[in-house]
Amino acid sequence: MLQPPMIKALVERLDAEPVNAARVRKPLYQKRRKIFPKRAEGRFRRFKWLVMLLTLGIYYLTPSIRWDRGAHAPDQAVLVDLAARRFYFFFVEIWPQEFFFVAGLLVMAGLGLFLVTSAVGRAWCGYACPQTVWVDLFLMVERFIEGDRNARMRLDASLWTVEKIRKRVAKHAIWLVIGVATGGAWIFYFADAPSLLKSFVTLEAPPVAYFTVAILTATTYVFGGLMREQVCTYMCPWPRIQATMLDENSLVVTYNDWRGEPRSRHAKKAAAAGEVVGDCVDCNACVAVCPMGIDIRDGQQLECITCALCIDACDGVMDKLGREQGLISYATLSDYAANVALATNNGTAAIDPRRVRGADGAFVDKVRHFDWRIVFRTRVIVYFAAWALMGLGLVFALASRDRLELNVLHDRNPQYVVESDGSVRNGYTVKLLNMIPEPRTIRLMMEGMPSATMRVAGRAAGSGRSFAIAVEPDKVTSVKLFVTLPMGKTAEAAHAFALVAEDPLTHERGVYQANFNLPGAAQ
Amino acid sequence: MAGKHKHVDEVSGVETTGHEWDGIRELDNPMPRWWVYTFYTTIIWAIGYAIAYPSWPLLTDTTKGVLGYSSRAQVATDLADAKAAKAGYNERIAASTVEEIIADPQLQQFAISAGASAFKVNCAQCHGSGAAGAKGFPNLNDDDWLWGGKPEEIYQTIAHGIRYSRDAETRVSEMPAFADMLTPEQLRQTAAFVVSLSVTPPQRELADKGKKIFTENCASCHGADAKGNREMGAPNLADSIWLKGKGEQAIINQVKAPKNGIMPAWAPRIGDTTVKELAVFVHSLGGGE
Repeated sequence: MLQPPMIKALVERLDAEPVNAARVRKPLYQKRRKIFPKRAEGRFRRFKWLVMLLTLGIYYLTPSIRWDRGAHAPDQAVLVDLAARRFYFFFVEIWPQEFFFVAGLLVMAGLGLFLVTSAVGRAWCGYACPQTVWVDLFLMVERFIEGDRNARMRLDASLWTVEKIRKRVAKHAIWLVIGVATGGAWIFYFADAPSLLKSFVTLEAPPVAYFTVAILTATTYVFGGLMREQVCTYMCPWPRIQATMLDENSLVVTYNDWRGEPRSRHAKKAAAAGEVVGDCVDCNACVAVCPMGIDIRDGQQLECITCALCIDACDGVMDKLGREQGLISYATLSDYAANVALATNNGTAAIDPRRVRGADGAFVDKVRHFDWRIVFRTRVIVYFAAWALMGLGLVFALASRDRLELNVLHDRNPQYVVESDGSVRNGYTVKLLNMIPEPRTIRLMMEGMPSATMRVAGRAAGSGRSFAIAVEPDKVTSVKLFVTLPMGKTAEAAHAFALVAEDPLTHERGVYQANFNLPGAAQ
Repeated sequence: MAGKHKHVDEVSGVETTGHEWDGIRELDNPMPRWWVYTFYTTIIWAIGYAIAYPSWPLLTDTTKGVLGYSSRAQVATDLADAKAAKAGYNERIAASTVEEIIADPQLQQFAISAGASAFKVNCAQCHGSGAAGAKGFPNLNDDDWLWGGKPEEIYQTIAHGIRYSRDAETRVSEMPAFADMLTPEQLRQTAAFVVSLSVTPPQRELADKGKKIFTENCASCHGADAKGNREMGAPNLADSIWLKGKGEQAIINQVKAPKNGIMPAWAPRIGDTTVKELAVFVHSLGGGE
């Protein structure tokens, strides 16, 4: 048996550690660690406030916008009228069969998400996602009542005093009010807002209204107030999909370790001692402000929503230290990789900040900075083209759509009726769709089958080949039509004709090619 | 088993269940707590539900539940609700004549819908679901009416039936059998004449002879011009609608040994209101006068 000194002599000991060694082993389930995001200040924070104001403003205020549509249609600018099956959006009114407009808008929303993500990364997650916006709002309330990070952490750790109870009750009460307002705004999209508000507070609204508000209050409160970052990390599918949308030229929030490492808490002392130090002073400001509770210096992570608050925090620190901003910045992975290659001498050495800075402290020319032209690359242009095509298609469809339609249902039982004078009669149910909120008179005409006549059931006007029919505003008017072909004409070759509905004033037309059934043909 | 030899998985640090299948051990992770609580909640809910609603089968019956719920009672309530919803219309229909119902668009619409469903139940067996009839059963869509196509006349027909012996007010008429009174030759001549009234006559000579026979034997009911008589339900023979079949042979058969259709009186069976609704519906089919 070999003695230890012998082993040492024979085998060189390597400094390596397996990734799943017992020392770093963690349980598969980790209990949530509370996050107390610190208030950030800077340009991205200001932009985030702006987006929050805009999106919340749109959401809460839209139902209160009025839009005069005359006497026969509701006066709410945006209204989903489920009972009457109409959707009103400012000057656009959509009938159920035109729902493809909504589908088209959803496709545009999807393509838009791809477009934005491939161009500027997860901007949706960081700024515009409802979860982000409401969490931000809830954090604002929390900060207003309980104070900033340190005060909140102290409060959370403290015993239950009257003061703590008061603060907690106030916070949750305001959160619930926000939740109720959110659910309330939602139902206003589905009914006339002022009258629904009135019936809602007088407890006369339909149960579904209260039910909807209750559900949305609960989800807003639970998701925005209690679960916060866990929704993004565990529930949202988008972080999983986004990887396919991003490439090495997409903007992502990046810790530029090529200038930050090696980090040091005592940079001045270390520099004085002749050690090489990077720009990062390990102050952890970037971690403290992160609403997701991550450390961006650990690299790209699924949890990162790219809200850039860490950039604001770090820039503030850099300003105080008199160094350039951008230690954490929006950067593309290709720029980052090039800079790392520079700082590590193509990966042959550890990061050395001296390779990226000259003696005067300025970055060397080889350091790559963000170039906005990178946004216009093929992938983005393809997404934009698809998005724009869809949009143009929808605009064209909207501009050219019919506001007068006619649907015809040919009687099938019986297929035809022989009258006593030997003529043959067919029945049709004609639906006239008047898609404008004004009453009008539509002329219903026969074209073709010259010897045939028609009559409208329930009318004393007798038979002819053209009738004026009054149609109600924004409604479907149904008439029963009997078309009669005299005896002797039944041998005519073509027994097809067209039913035409026309507005004599606007010359809008709807045409239906109808068939006429005969005894011989049907047998 | 597991209680005695606790086996802890090396990689995850989690206890296993103690079973092993081909070297694979199952981790004994606890279920998420919210899941467990949800499970407990469902149990509590089920107990409450079993108390509140009928649930446990007994020997001849089931437990009734404290809420007194019964699906049978629920159906009865629904039916009563439906009846109540129709009550206003039904009362107005009961109080109106058929003409008045037709004059009121709203009432007419209700009567047509109600009549259409009553037709499917009571009339479609003979007249067909589209009311197009069949040989021997009149087509109700056309404009040919044996007993009249005005709303009140249709109402009278449905309410009291045709040749329905149990109703005193039923419509009655009978076509005599001419098998013994006319020779086969005369029958052919008569048929040829009748055919000639609506179609170009194939045999002018026969038809001319038949005209004389018709005037002597048939005109008393069908009229000198063969246009029928609604007083006695005698069909118009000069039009193109043939209840008992088209062509000379069908006419000969009907003249020799006539078939007289019978329709029951419907008022006693389905009630006056439904008869009115049916009359409005039939009148609306396109041939109503």
